Formats: sequence, C-alpha cells, structure tokens
Amino acid sequence: MNVYVCVGSSCHLRGSYKIIELMKENIEKNHLEDKVNLSAAFCLGKCTTGVTIKVDDEVVCGVSPENFSEIFGKYVMEKVQA
Amino acid sequence: MMFDTSVQELKYKVLREVARLAFEDRLEEGLLGIAETIVPGPLPTMRCCIYKERAIVNERVKFAMNNGKTNNVIEVLPIACDECPVDGIQVTQACRGCIAHRCMNACPKDAIKIENHKAVIDKSKCVECGRCLAACPYSAIVKSERPCVRACKPKAISIDENRCAKIDDEKCIACGACVYQCPFGAISDKSYILDTIEMLKNSEDNTKYNVHAVVAPSISGQFSVPLGKVVSGLKKLGFRSVMEAALGADMVAFKEASELVEKGFLTSSCCPAFVTYIETQFPDMKDKISHNLSPMAEIAKYMKNHEPNCKIVFIGPCTAKKAECKKETVSPYIDNVITFEELQALFDARDIVLEGLESEPLDNASYYGRIFARSGGLSDAVAQALKEMDIPDDVFKLKAAVCDGIDNCRTALLKAQKGVGGENFIEGMACVDGCIGGAACLTHGPKDKLAVDKYGKEAAEKSIRDAIFVLEL
Repeated sequence: MNVYVCVGSSCHLRGSYKIIELMKENIEKNHLEDKVNLSAAFCLGKCTTGVTIKVDDEVVCGVSPENFSEIFGKYVMEKVQA
Repeated sequence: MMFDTSVQELKYKVLREVARLAFEDRLEEGLLGIAETIVPGPLPTMRCCIYKERAIVNERVKFAMNNGKTNNVIEVLPIACDECPVDGIQVTQACRGCIAHRCMNACPKDAIKIENHKAVIDKSKCVECGRCLAACPYSAIVKSERPCVRACKPKAISIDENRCAKIDDEKCIACGACVYQCPFGAISDKSYILDTIEMLKNSEDNTKYNVHAVVAPSISGQFSVPLGKVVSGLKKLGFRSVMEAALGADMVAFKEASELVEKGFLTSSCCPAFVTYIETQFPDMKDKISHNLSPMAEIAKYMKNHEPNCKIVFIGPCTAKKAECKKETVSPYIDNVITFEELQALFDARDIVLEGLESEPLDNASYYGRIFARSGGLSDAVAQALKEMDIPDDVFKLKAAVCDGIDNCRTALLKAQKGVGGENFIEGMACVDGCIGGAACLTHGPKDKLAVDKYGKEAAEKSIRDAIFVLEL
C-alpha cells in the first residue's frame, strides 16, 4: 500500500509534517513497515481542505491530529488487513 | 514603473505581446503587428525614427521566441547597438596643467607627456591600466569604456569591425550582466516563454499532466504585492502547484556540507554562471567544484521522482539558469526556465491583476534555504548544516570565502589556486549581491536583501533538518 502525505505549502502550514510523524509512529507501532510505503506528495490539489493524504488512489482530506486515529484505522488498518 | 530602466520595459512589452498572441493561438497572424502596437508613432521616443524603433522591436520579437543566430542564451541585437565610442583613457579639459605631474610619474609605460603644461596621452603606448586616473588630484583623466565591456568580467565582449559589440560564446558565462548594463538594450537573453505557454496549454488545465512552478527565493522582493498573491497568480496562469527552490537549497546545504567535510575544499555549485566561469577560466580547478546539483535541479529531481510525467518550470532572476537547464545533468528534471521579467509579461498577457487576488501560502523551505538568494546565505546555510550534522570544529571548521560579482570570485579563486588565504569553501555568485542582483530581476536594490531576510524569517521550519526530513521518507 502506498500512502502519500501532501507537503505542499497549504498542507504544510496546516500541519502535514505532524501527520507524517504520526503516520510513521503508527506504521511502526502496528508493524506495517513491509506493507505500507509512506512518502511525501508535493501537492494533491486540495489546498483548501488539507491536510490531504492519498492512500493508493483514494484522496482523503481534512486529516488532523484529532481525527488521525480514526482515519488511520479506516483507510490504512482496515485495508491492510482486508 | 515596475522596472529599473526603460530598456527592461521595452523587453517586457515585446514579451507580453508575444505571450498574448501565443496564449490566444494568434501568434502567426499577429507577429507582424507587434512592432506597430509597441511603437505606434508618429514620433519616435527612443531612436532616430519609428522605423528603426520598429526594426529593433522585430529583432526583439525573434529573441522573445528564442530565435537567434547562436546557441548562447545571451546574444547581441546588432541593430540596437549604438556603437558607443571606445576612446579609452583621455585627459579632459579639467587638466589644470599642474607642476607635480603625478599622472606622468604614475604611468608604467611612459605614455604621458606634458605639452603646453598639459598632460597628453600617447595612445600607442597606453595600456589603459588606469593608474593615471587614480593619481590625478583633479580627476581630470577619465576612462571611457563601453558599458557592456565594463560589465563583462570574464572579458567575453569585444568590438567587431563594424564597431558593434560581439560576444565570445566560449567565454560567456551567461550571467546577463551586459544585458542589464547596456543602456541601449542591445544585448539580450533569449526567451523560452513560448515553451512554457505550450506546456501550460497542452496540459489542458493540468488534466493531461501537471505543470509545476519552482520559484527562486529572490522572488520575495520582486513584485509589489505580497508573495502570496504571486502564488495565486501563478496558479491562475495555469500552474498546478508552486514550490520553493529554497527547499532544494536546504537539500543542497546538507549535501554541500557533507562533500566539503569529505574533500576538505570545495567551490559552490548553486550559481551556474560561477560554475561555468571556473570551467572556462580555471580549468585546473574543475575538480574542486561541488558535485551537487543546484537547488533548482535538486528539488526538481525530487519532484520528478515522485511524479515522472509532470513538467517543471523554474522561475528566477537568472539568465544563466536558461543555460543550466540545457545541461545533461539538469535537463531530465527542469523542463523550462523563465525569468521574473518574463513572468510579469505572462501575467499581463493574461490580464492577471495580482493586487486583486487572494493570497495563497508558500512555505516549503527553512530560513537557511531561503537566504541562498543573497550573498553569504549559502555559507550561513552550510555552517548551519555542519552544526545540525553534529560535526565539531576540531573535525572540520568552515572557513568560507563569500564572493559576489565575478571580480571577487576571481580573486578568491586565484588565492585558492596559489594555496593562500586558508579558506576551504568558496561561495561564488556571479551577480553582485547574489541572486537578488540577478540580471533578470524586475528591480535591484538594498530593499531586496531586506525582503529576502524577512522572507527567510517567515519560514515555518527553522532548521534545515526540519525542512528536509519530509523528503527523506
């Protein structure tokens, strides 16, 4: 699975670097290093609704530290385990 | 006026008209009308008659379409060259006929005689060293030199048999100093705006592929509106996203610091004109040039690795970048290079009024990446990188020679060649003040340095590592 976190200016200022850290932590915690490939995307074109991430071909907007667990569970954990 | 000189304004008007026609798919039919649009007449404003003015505009149109006679990005417009006098050193009326004759005594070639109490220069002996100028207490001796020749520090410009300026393309480093300095606008950089326009149009609003803009940090002081509005303007023009070349600079700072520690001596690789200068004038020092890509190429390489089919246009103050993007090591990453002057022309060709736009953020790089735009910034960034890499002074201590302008670069290179001075890093920028003094800046001046420093401090990420960690995923 490929997970991209937008690091374009808007998402950066909305905290995308924090999301990357959370992503890294959670991938490690759940031992998904072999299954999930995390990388940065420099603009996913949803600048006003960031932080934006892309899980394979699905774009997810509005990711924040508050809803991170929910989003990680729904878009990463569930799909990896499916 | 948004430019320093009317020469820049003329160049801009030509670019704008060419761009307008190209955006509207009317270039072929409209080409012949451009000269009349820009020079409506009936009275001339710059030259002897409107027909010469129009002829010059037509030559400029060719350059705006990257259509010249040479492969060099810098080329002479012979028809615009005013064949400035080349009288060399002369004694003026101000000579008081003093009795000290310091000028005569200062002359190493015995070229000065005193006739009727006044100094007279024997042109067959004079080597134009200028010592008499410095010696005369009345400043009565002057040196008249063509502005293009004076501006060209690598001495690539000479005068041909028709008294027109001529560029030795082997020696030219494409810095553009002559372009900015010629008061008649008779030397110009050729433009790739048509390629940019085509890229934008063929992307069909970024549906076929994305077109990204990478902007140089010197942009901070260039437009009269806040930078965020320029970012919006770029998106309106059709770019999918705008990235800071300064993030590439952050990456380069770390790489440059590592290479420096490994090799013990290095010359910088950011300024393409400085790199070309070493390659052509100091070939024995070629192996000292940093092997890193420039910030422009570095960030573009990263972007292309993530999105192989995207197109990347670099927008900066620099004419030499137009030459750099043709290099084998750079062309896979950078698809096109345009300048701030040309960007202004593109905005106006699309009637994009920046003032009225909402601001959009631009924040990828750290303070250190951003200050690359001014002389000294690169050395500061390398020092910071060494610190962040935890390399203590007793392992490696940076001793940088910070050079702006080719004259200063030459001095530092000569010293390094002879092994004197003890510097272990030469930061070379061909333009005085660094990139903010670039030939294709809209404006030049002290405020630009302040703007860069301010822009640097506004960066969300304060350390280089914080800015580049996302790229190391």
